Amino acid sequence: MSGRARASIADCADEPFTAGRWRQDFPILDRSIRGRPLVYLDSAATTQTPRPVLDAMRVFAERSYANVHRGVHTLACEATEGFEAARARVARFLGVASPGEVVFVRGATEAINLVAASWGRKTLREGDEIVLSAMEHHSNIVPWQMLRAATGIVIKVAPVDERGCLQRDEFASLLNDRTRLVAMTHVSNVLGTIVPIADVVRLSHAAGALVLVDGCQAVAHLPVDVQALGADFYVFSSHKMYGPTGIGVLWGRGDILEGMPPWQGGGEMILNVAFEQSTFKRPPHRFEAGTPAIVEAIGFAAAIDYLEQVDAGRAGRHERALAEMAEEMLAEIDGVRVLGGAPERTGILSFVMSGVHPHDIATIVDRSGVAIRAGHHCAQPLMQRLGIPATARASFGMYNTHEDVEAFVAAVRGVREMFG
Amino acid sequence: MQDEALHDLYQAVILDHARNPRNRRRPEPCSHEAAGDNPLCGDRVTVYLRLTDVGQIEEAGFDAEGCAIAVASASLMTEVLRGASEAAARRLVVAIEALCAGRELTDPGEDRESLDRLCALSGVRAFPMRVKCVTLAWQTMLSALEGTDRGSISQ
Repeated sequence: MSGRARASIADCADEPFTAGRWRQDFPILDRSIRGRPLVYLDSAATTQTPRPVLDAMRVFAERSYANVHRGVHTLACEATEGFEAARARVARFLGVASPGEVVFVRGATEAINLVAASWGRKTLREGDEIVLSAMEHHSNIVPWQMLRAATGIVIKVAPVDERGCLQRDEFASLLNDRTRLVAMTHVSNVLGTIVPIADVVRLSHAAGALVLVDGCQAVAHLPVDVQALGADFYVFSSHKMYGPTGIGVLWGRGDILEGMPPWQGGGEMILNVAFEQSTFKRPPHRFEAGTPAIVEAIGFAAAIDYLEQVDAGRAGRHERALAEMAEEMLAEIDGVRVLGGAPERTGILSFVMSGVHPHDIATIVDRSGVAIRAGHHCAQPLMQRLGIPATARASFGMYNTHEDVEAFVAAVRGVREMFG
Repeated sequence: MQDEALHDLYQAVILDHARNPRNRRRPEPCSHEAAGDNPLCGDRVTVYLRLTDVGQIEEAGFDAEGCAIAVASASLMTEVLRGASEAAARRLVVAIEALCAGRELTDPGEDRESLDRLCALSGVRAFPMRVKCVTLAWQTMLSALEGTDRGSISQ
């Protein structure tokens, strides 16, 4: 899997330029900001939504919307069918055995909290170990710290080198017979590093540990085949893959999900309720208490259709090529330093500028219509590792163009001129 | 294209204070200090004051890690605080909040001279997301006066 991603990234130079065609599907890109065309370079925070996704949600809301499950009227049936079809669509996208392994959640953060609260509290005991990497998003750190406070588990951190690569040998040396789980990002949201997850899985499984992969920054930019990766849990959010906010996925291996207790109680997740005792549904519904994000599920499925048409691998190569172009052009600006340098990266570019704080950079380039993000990107431990308080980050999506890169670099040059 | 709002925000006085912050030190002795941070963006500032027995600020210093606006605000603040009474310092916090929100200041009275200098910070009112960069140092100064350890600006 990571081998495939590697090969495809290397081909990027030959990729015909196709962003123009995708771009016209995104209505928001027609916006201007203070008279300048919007240059949206914040897709790692959230991707924009293409018209087919917006249309799918609107048509569903106008024609078929009702609450799902249990209803017998026509709309309830249509809504339930649409919702469960979305689940099947996700399963097909991931290449997993059964839609029953796909749990809908609010997003990757909730998915990780679910695993920590359900699997973690049931399975882990004081002294059990879990391993994270030094480049995790806070959402893959804090739930485990909460679990540590509740159970007394030990959290170990696999280091990354100066380029932002996972240090394989150091990681391997952290694994032992107390290691129960390795929770790691597939792609760094700060540096774009593609982590060799298949290798991580092999090492972890050999030590008897399960593997949870945070796929938020991967699914829209690499071909992801969860079966081939061999992970035990894979989590991601719809809004980072051209779908709506408010919905995401916890995929878990069927036998593991079966053994996990509910984490939230309520409607939708029960078989039978009596005041003496209630019985619970099987996964995935066991983990879906309350009315889910129904319209969003419809949009999510449409986003997967759209992404598969474009081809995540092809989009990713295009984005990486843009990031490399930007990196070369930024290198000509005095005092700009691009962070990271892993051989395998997506279209995420973090940089700093001597004497100028990233927030000032982001404010100034925004005046030219260029939307980038500045700060710690919810990865404070990685900032510490890199020895900086914050970065400015440009992250590319399928719709970005060479013109976007030129506008971005010109705006950054303007920052240099202003600050001297 | 001249962007007036942007040049108002990053005007020469601000850039000068950001590049060459004044009073970036801990005065010795120091009677009051507090640390503040803005968890949203990671800016951190520590404010140091030496007050006389009658509540006059003899010396003010700071340390900060943050953007140009946050550093310039702290630097300018320490300049105007020197020699000010505690009561005047408190009034200035209220005035700064008003300045950043674009509200008209009612009669500045005896604070006029300080406020004239602090007007350089008013460009931030066109950038609501950056207002906290200005106010962080001032809120932290208030925490120092009140003897609370730590100011934190939450979203």
